[in-house]
Amino acid sequence: MLNHTPTEIAERSALRINPAKTCQPIGAMYAALGIHRCLPYSHGSQGCCSYHRSHLTRHFKEPVMAASSSFTEGASVFGGQPNLMEGLKTVFTTYDPDVVAVHTTCLSETIGDDIPQIVGEAKRQDIIPEGKYVIHANTPSYVGSHVVGFSNMCTAMATYFAQEVKPARRRHTDATQINIVPGFVDPSDMRELRRLAEATGFKVTMFPDTSGVMDAPQTGKHIFYPDGGTTVDELKNLGRGVATMALGWWASRDAAIQVEKKAYVPREILDLPIGIAATDRFMQILKFRGGVITPDLERERGQLVDLMVDTQQHFHGKKVAIFGDPDHVLALTEYVRDLGMIPVHVLTGTPGKRFTSEAERILGPKAASSNIKSEGDLFTLHQLIKNEPVDLLLGNTYGKYIAQAQDIPFVRVGWPILDRVGHSLIPTLGYAGAVRLLTKMTDALLDRRDRDAPDHQFELVL
Amino acid sequence: MKKPEEMPALPVKALAAIDLEAVGALDLSCPDPGLAMPMGSPEPNQLVRNLVQNYPPRLLRKRSRHIKVNDPIEVPKIEANSRTSPGIITQRGCCYAGCKGVVLGPITDIVHIVHGPVGCSYYAWMTRRNQADVPEGDQNFLNYAFTTDMTENEIIFGGEKKLAKAIQEAYDLFHPKAIAVFSTCPVGLIGDDVHAVARQMKAELGINIFGFSCEGYKGVSQSAGHHIANNGLFTNVVGTEELPPELKVNPWRVNLLGEYNIGGDAFEMERILARCGIQLVSTFSGNAQYSELARSADANLNLVQCHRSINYMAEMMESKFGIPWMKVNFIGAQATAKAMRKIARYFGDPELIARVEVVIAQELAEVEPVRNAIRARTNGRPVMLYVGGSRAHHYQSLFADLGMPVVAAGYEFAHRDDYEGSVVLDSITIDADSRAIEELTIGPDPERFAPRKTEAEIAELEAGGLKMATYEGMMPEMTKGSVVVDDISHAELEQLIEAYKPALVCSGIKDKYVIEKMGIPCKQLHNYDYGGPYAGFKGAINFYTEIDRMVNAQVWRLVTPPWAAKKPA
Repeated sequence: MLNHTPTEIAERSALRINPAKTCQPIGAMYAALGIHRCLPYSHGSQGCCSYHRSHLTRHFKEPVMAASSSFTEGASVFGGQPNLMEGLKTVFTTYDPDVVAVHTTCLSETIGDDIPQIVGEAKRQDIIPEGKYVIHANTPSYVGSHVVGFSNMCTAMATYFAQEVKPARRRHTDATQINIVPGFVDPSDMRELRRLAEATGFKVTMFPDTSGVMDAPQTGKHIFYPDGGTTVDELKNLGRGVATMALGWWASRDAAIQVEKKAYVPREILDLPIGIAATDRFMQILKFRGGVITPDLERERGQLVDLMVDTQQHFHGKKVAIFGDPDHVLALTEYVRDLGMIPVHVLTGTPGKRFTSEAERILGPKAASSNIKSEGDLFTLHQLIKNEPVDLLLGNTYGKYIAQAQDIPFVRVGWPILDRVGHSLIPTLGYAGAVRLLTKMTDALLDRRDRDAPDHQFELVL
Repeated sequence: MKKPEEMPALPVKALAAIDLEAVGALDLSCPDPGLAMPMGSPEPNQLVRNLVQNYPPRLLRKRSRHIKVNDPIEVPKIEANSRTSPGIITQRGCCYAGCKGVVLGPITDIVHIVHGPVGCSYYAWMTRRNQADVPEGDQNFLNYAFTTDMTENEIIFGGEKKLAKAIQEAYDLFHPKAIAVFSTCPVGLIGDDVHAVARQMKAELGINIFGFSCEGYKGVSQSAGHHIANNGLFTNVVGTEELPPELKVNPWRVNLLGEYNIGGDAFEMERILARCGIQLVSTFSGNAQYSELARSADANLNLVQCHRSINYMAEMMESKFGIPWMKVNFIGAQATAKAMRKIARYFGDPELIARVEVVIAQELAEVEPVRNAIRARTNGRPVMLYVGGSRAHHYQSLFADLGMPVVAAGYEFAHRDDYEGSVVLDSITIDADSRAIEELTIGPDPERFAPRKTEAEIAELEAGGLKMATYEGMMPEMTKGSVVVDDISHAELEQLIEAYKPALVCSGIKDKYVIEKMGIPCKQLHNYDYGGPYAGFKGAINFYTEIDRMVNAQVWRLVTPPWAAKKPA
C-alpha cells in the first residue's frame, strides 16, 4: 500500500500528489442543493457536472440532481451563451425548478462568460418563467478549493435574495429570528444546529439547509425536489434576523458579511461547533443574542463532559494526525487538544495563511512541535506520519490508504466519506456530535489496544 | 509481467472424447435473439411518443431521433454520438474521463499526470475500481493521483513550465518507466503545448513521456477520449518493445482489448484463458503494465471486449502489424463459452479446440446448478439497462441466463455501430464534433507487418460462420418491441421506469439512488456496487447470486409502514 511514498521529504513546487482538496464547483453544487426546489446548474463541460454529481452521491448515498451546459469545442471557442440559454429553457420546461443556481467551471471562467449578462438575455427572451429565479456564483476551479466554492454559492444566496434593509428600518427586526450559515457539513449536522438554536428559543433561518434534501426517507417514490431546503421567502427575509452566525471562516464567513452589507444584520463569525469548546462558543452567542440556555441543553453538555472525564485516560498524550477542510480541521484540533491528545500533524489542502495562525493559536505552546500545513496534500501527510508516527488518524475517506499503509487507527470525519454510512443521519456537530466523535475515537483506540494485547493483558473491562 | 503459464493439465479421457466435427459445426455467428417482451408490457410506440412530449419543440424532434422501438431484423436507424442538449440532465461525462479515466488510468506503472486544476485528477482517483495484481517489487501507482494543480497564475501566464517541473519532480521521486500527461479544459484554451513539453522532457530524462489532448470539451462524451487514448497509446507505446523469444513459443497468443478489470473481471478472463492454454500478451488496459502494452504487437489475435472504447486500436493494429481482431463477450456463462469457442476456431488447432471444450464443460458444471436454482426466482422478471458503451449489450447475456427479459436499454456514449452493428459503419455521417478528433491513417509497418492469416484463411473462417473484424451490435440481439434510448435523460429514465415497473434497473451511481427511491433495485454496472467479478464463469455465478439478492430482497417489503398498508381485498 502506497509503497512508493518515501520517508524522506523532498521539496515539491509543481507536482501535487494525492490532493487533500478538490475544485470549487462541487462545493457550489452542494450548497445549491440546500435551497428549496433548486436545481444546481454547472456551466461548462458536462464531465464536471457528472463528476460532481457522482462524488456527492458517493458521500450522501442520495440522488443529486443537477444539470449542465454541456459545452463542446464550439462553445469553448465562441462562448457558452447559446448553451446556457438552451439549458435554462430545457431545465424550466422539463424539471420545473423554482430556482436555478448556476455555477461556473474553469472552462467558462477561462473563456470569460458573463453569467448575469446571459441570464439577463434569457429574461428578455422570456426563457425564465414568471416567479422563477436564476442565481449564479463564479467558481473558478483554479482558485481556492471546494470549500471556497461552497462559500461563494452561499454568498450568492444572500446577494440575490436578501432584501436590502436601511439601518433606520432595522426596528423591523424579528427578535426571535437568527440566521445560521452552517458550513460545508452534513444534513444531520444542519438538523442538529437547528435543534440547538431552536432549543434556545430562536426561529432559525439556515442557509443553505440540505436536511430533508440529502437525507430523504425511502418511501417508494422519488421526489425530485424533496421538502427540505431554505425557501426563497426565508432568504428574502434574512434581514429580519438579529444576527447571522457564520460557522467556519472558510465556508460561511463571506455569506454572513454579505447579509450584513445588504441588511445590516450583525455577523458572528464562529468556528464550526465540533467538540466542546466550539459548541460552547456557539451556545454563548445564541445566549448573547437573546437565547435561553435551558436545563436540557446544560444536561447535554454535562453528559459530554462526564464522558470526557470517563475516557480521558484513553486519550491523554495520544498523538493524532488531522486532515481535511480547514474549518473542520481547526475545530477538530481544538477538540482533541481538550481531550488531552497531541495533534502532531495538522493539514488542509485548501489555501489560506489564516489556517496556520489559527492552528498555532489553538495549540499554544504545543504548536512549535506540531507540523501545521495549509495547501498540503496527502502524500506530504503520509511522509510526515512516516517521520513521526501517530496513534490516531482523523480525516475523510482518502485517509484509509495511509491508515492501511502505516497500520494506524482511523476515524472518518468530514467530507467526503465514501466507504461508511451514518454521517448523513447522525451529527458530528454540537454536544451530541462531540459524543459521537468521542465514542468513535474510543472505539478505534480500544479496538487497536484489544487487537494488539497479549493474552494476559486482554481486558474484560476498559 | 504475467509469466507464461505451464500448459495446465486437463483430463486426457475428456480431451479424447471431444467430437471435433460437432464442435466445428456449432453456429458461432448468428445473433442470439433476446427473450420476448413480457405479457402486458405497454404499447411501445405510444410510450416512445410520451417520453418526449414535454420537451420544447426542437428538443422533442432531436430526442425522438435517439429513441427507437426495436426490430432485430429490420433494425431501425438510431441517432447516437451526437451532442447532448444542455440542461437535459445526462448521464454522460467528458473526453478526459474517457481518455484518462477509462483507457489509460488502469495502467499500473505509468505516472499519469493530469495537467489542469485539481478537480479532474481528484475525481478520477480510484473511483473506477480498476483492480491490479502487481507482482511484488513492481511499480504500481493506482492509488496515487498526480496533478499540476493549476492556479490562476498558470491560467494567466501559461502552465508549460509548471508541467515540465511536475514531470521532473515525478521522475525524481519515482523513476517510472513512462509518464503520461492529460490535458483538461483550460489547458486547450490557454494554449499550453503538452506534446512539446512531453517531447522535451522525454529527451531530457530518457524515459517514454507522452501527452494526450483530451480536454473535457472535445467530442460529445467520453467516447472522444477513448479515441484520443487509442491514438496516443498506439503511436507512443504499442510495438515499442518486443516479446522475448521464450514468450513467443506458444502460438495461441492474444491481446484482450477493452477490458478494464472493474471488480476483477480481467482476473477471471485471465484464469479461463490460462486454463485453456492461451497466452495473454496484454490487456488494454485492466491489470496492465506498460511493457505488456509495448509488446502487444507480438500477439496473433486481438479479442475486443468493449468495442466502443478500443475498436480503433484493433483496426490500427491489424493495419500496421497484420493482427486480426474479433469481437468477444465474456459477460455471461453462455457468452463466455461462445467467446472461447471463437478463439479456438480462429487458431484452428484441434488440441486447443478440445481443451476449450473440456474447460467449458467443467466450468458450466459449476455454473448450471446455481443458475437453475436462481432462475426459478428470476424468470420472466423485466430488466432495463442504461449504461456505458458496451455493457448495456453485454449484460443482456447474463440476464438471458436468468430468464429475465430486457424491455429497454441504451448506451450513454456509444455510436450507431454499437447499436445497429458494423454494417452501418459506412452510412454514419461524421459531424463537426467527431471530425475534430484525429483519425490516424495507418499503413503496414515495413518491418513488422505480418498477416497472421491469409485472406483465403480469413474467408474460410468467415464462411464457417466466424465473423472477423465486425460487431453485431446490440439491437439485433434485442427483442422486437423493446425500447432503445440513446444518451437517456433523467426525465426519460423516470418515465420508462414508471411505464415498465421493472424488477431491476442497471445504471450508474448518479441514477442509483433515484431508482431505489422509486422502490426498485438498481445494479450499478460501472462500478458493480463494489462487488464483482461478473465476467466469465465464476463471475456469472457471482452475478446470478447478486441479482437474486437484489430482486428478492426483504427490505423492499418494509417500505410501506404496516399501518399504511392497503388491506388485501
